[in-house]
Amino acid sequence: MGGAEGIKLLDEEGRRLDGRALNELRKCRIEAGVLKNANGSAYIELGRNKILVAVYGPREVHPRHEALPDRMLLRCKYSMLPFSVPDRKNPAPSRREVELSKVIREALEPAIFLEEYPRTTVDVYIEVIEADGSTRVASITAASVALADAGIPMRDLVAGVSVGKIEGKLAIDINGIEDQYGEGDMPIAMMPRLGEITLIQADGRFTRDEVVQALQMAREAIAKLYEEQKRALKEKYSRILEEVEGSEVMR
Amino acid sequence: MSERVHTVIPAPRREAILSMLKRGERVDGRRADEYREVRVETGVVGNAEGSARVSIGHTKVIAGVKASLGSPFPDTPDKGIQIVYAELIPMASPIFEPGPPDENDVELARVIDRGLRSSSTIKLEELALVPGKHVWRIYIDIYPIDHDGNLMDASGLAAVAALLTSKIPKVSISSNGNLVMEEERVPLPIGDAPVFVTIAKIGDALVVDPCYEEELVMDARITFAIDKEDNVCAIQKGGRGSFSADEVVKALDLALSLAPELRSKLPPSPSDSH
Repeated sequence: MGGAEGIKLLDEEGRRLDGRALNELRKCRIEAGVLKNANGSAYIELGRNKILVAVYGPREVHPRHEALPDRMLLRCKYSMLPFSVPDRKNPAPSRREVELSKVIREALEPAIFLEEYPRTTVDVYIEVIEADGSTRVASITAASVALADAGIPMRDLVAGVSVGKIEGKLAIDINGIEDQYGEGDMPIAMMPRLGEITLIQADGRFTRDEVVQALQMAREAIAKLYEEQKRALKEKYSRILEEVEGSEVMR
Repeated sequence: MSERVHTVIPAPRREAILSMLKRGERVDGRRADEYREVRVETGVVGNAEGSARVSIGHTKVIAGVKASLGSPFPDTPDKGIQIVYAELIPMASPIFEPGPPDENDVELARVIDRGLRSSSTIKLEELALVPGKHVWRIYIDIYPIDHDGNLMDASGLAAVAALLTSKIPKVSISSNGNLVMEEERVPLPIGDAPVFVTIAKIGDALVVDPCYEEELVMDARITFAIDKEDNVCAIQKGGRGSFSADEVVKALDLALSLAPELRSKLPPSPSDSH
């Protein structure tokens, strides 16, 4: 948080540095099934963010004593590649990555029928290839597509967006500069169809009414991300269908 | 507490807690919006710049502040440094294992850190002695010593109480530019004094200050750090469950209504005394 002395984040017309309106998402594209070895995978580009997610499982738990008798053990590892940020990031897990791995896991768990797969584990590996703000919520959006791609039974997908505060105004999907020089960041993830919030964090300063408004803004943006998630999943299956039909013609 | 602490709650006990909550009753007889007894003691460690021991019911936390001179971070040459560390030591509960900090230790420390930072509890800009060269590094170390639920709020109170009562050596700069640490001690420059309020969701109920048994059955929790002007300066959701938007707002209103009472347990801020 640089406070007021930093860069001017809004122009006279209320446009942001990258030309967006306050309630405008960056361009978002998701692709499902991008890795061969993983049981499910997804790739997301949100503005300049590039994130890959791989899902392995359900599979046996190692070490065995970590297995849960009544439900699946979901494990999640969020990491940033050393070259994903301007100054090289040490590849060892930072305290930030340890915390984010936990909150991302807890954002995905409400959507999964964990009790259907006792004594097994599902591992979610998130690698941030390039980072430009809001990586935790973009990771969640991609991870739930990867889980669906792996065929894990779910109540709903999970999609996330961050609501920032720049020059006293709430702005959706803040990028790196807005995060660095803005007055606050509130990442929110929801199950879009069920309207349930599975992740909410904040730093900076928000009034009560700003929190209420941020929840509403997040809900609208998340509805748009939900459409892209569904499109990505449908596209994967139409691709498979084409391949199958193609091979039938060959025969 | 002498009774054996469970890491998994027996099913009949879980059922009992849930059915009581349906009637609006909690296991320990509290109302949904009622804290256990909160006690804050400061100046409990002579060697620390500031310290506090906080209890919320049976939950006990010690926090200590230490200060040392160091160089600033390159991106904030004109600010002091705040470092929050928390360790869930095995002494405090059978559920804590020895070893390096895990995600729970890290989450606790980072949420407290964000609450303090966002509310400028320490005025870090006043802790640069020679900008770009010498700044104060303020370490806030948090140690739960007995865990009966809601370590977040107890840790927050302990950290803020320790900071409010911290005194650091006065430093002067000699004619040849060296730093001279004097005998005299001055209070830390304090901005705000946030309090952390945690609300647990258990079934359809929202209850404040969950005890350990309630934490075992809760679906999810949400913590708000609230500053003196009723701004939210940190939020953290935890747990495997979810909240509706209405529940988040209800929990926030609960937190806002309880913040003043919790803040009244804190020692006065050094800037209030004149």
